[in-house]
Amino acid sequence: MSEELVVKVWRGREDGAFVAYRVPRRENQTVLDVVTWIQRHLDPSLAYRYACRVGMCGSCAMTVNGVARWTCRTHVSRVAKGEALEIAPLANLPIVRDLATDMRDFFDRWARARGQFTGAATRHDDFARVDPASPARVAADAGIECIGCGVCHASCDVVAWRPAFVGPAALNRAWTLVNDERDTAGRERLRAVAGDAGCHACHTQGACTERCPKGIAPTAGIAGLKRLVARAAVRGEL
Amino acid sequence: MTRRPDFRSRAHPAWWAFLVHRLSGLALALFLPLHFWALGQALHGAAALDAFLRFADQPLFKFGEWGLVLLLALHAAGGVRLLLIEFGAWSGLRKNLIAVTAGFGVVAGLGFALALFS
Repeated sequence: MSEELVVKVWRGREDGAFVAYRVPRRENQTVLDVVTWIQRHLDPSLAYRYACRVGMCGSCAMTVNGVARWTCRTHVSRVAKGEALEIAPLANLPIVRDLATDMRDFFDRWARARGQFTGAATRHDDFARVDPASPARVAADAGIECIGCGVCHASCDVVAWRPAFVGPAALNRAWTLVNDERDTAGRERLRAVAGDAGCHACHTQGACTERCPKGIAPTAGIAGLKRLVARAAVRGEL
Repeated sequence: MTRRPDFRSRAHPAWWAFLVHRLSGLALALFLPLHFWALGQALHGAAALDAFLRFADQPLFKFGEWGLVLLLALHAAGGVRLLLIEFGAWSGLRKNLIAVTAGFGVVAGLGFALALFS
């Protein structure tokens, strides 16, 4: 293990550039530790975002050596090429400054994919009892651990190619909701995710599934949405 | 203009499978008019078609034919993989299917090459 890391960090906005910093190498050092060290010791003006540091909040995702990752759970030893590390903001999202991206557009797409839960019950009703072994519940379970970090969105080429595409995270959210038996907006949601801006734009490149730090497979949910949309269209329910 | 994912982000089997499927599909689509033109030689009588077939019986054409078989095998197996992903009950990235696609392509390519040389 070398004593020092040479870390290239993106500074500025879309027209910014990489700036190199020398950071002491430590054991069990995460990429977020490296960014924090630079901000605390070398340049307090470095902008980045994090909260929980334990892989729950989804706010610290960045592009590390070209690949989108959650930086708090990414050890330097796993990603550094020798002593070189390149840290950039997430792709496919507007840059606020340095390593912080504007997530508004990302979550607006969730809304466009009808990502809001709509139920029929009120607070006066009893809890809904959902069979944990039912196929719909199992399908929803596979997708609900999403922390909204944006790694899949930043890894997806279709998001880059088709600006209207709502993206893998929004479609994964829609997939969990169409499998939620309490939800009452299923048809409306299928309308929202059908077509070129929705599930049918996916080229099955699998980047979302490959890169998701939580091991979710948005590709599977998108395929499921295509099947549901097709079935609804054949039955004239769309 | 936001930053875009680059080649480092694309370095994984599912993206390669996409690329192979897209390129083989485009190459086969470009070949198709040539294929129909060759078949169309039969309209000018048996002699014209036979003349063309003799002309096509050269090593360079045989090599091209081998390439076509390889492309077709890869595209067909990749298409089956996509159908299984779209219509099958599954989870994960189905890398086993990508391996099967590549394996089928290699087997078909080697098999055809063997048939050419034997």
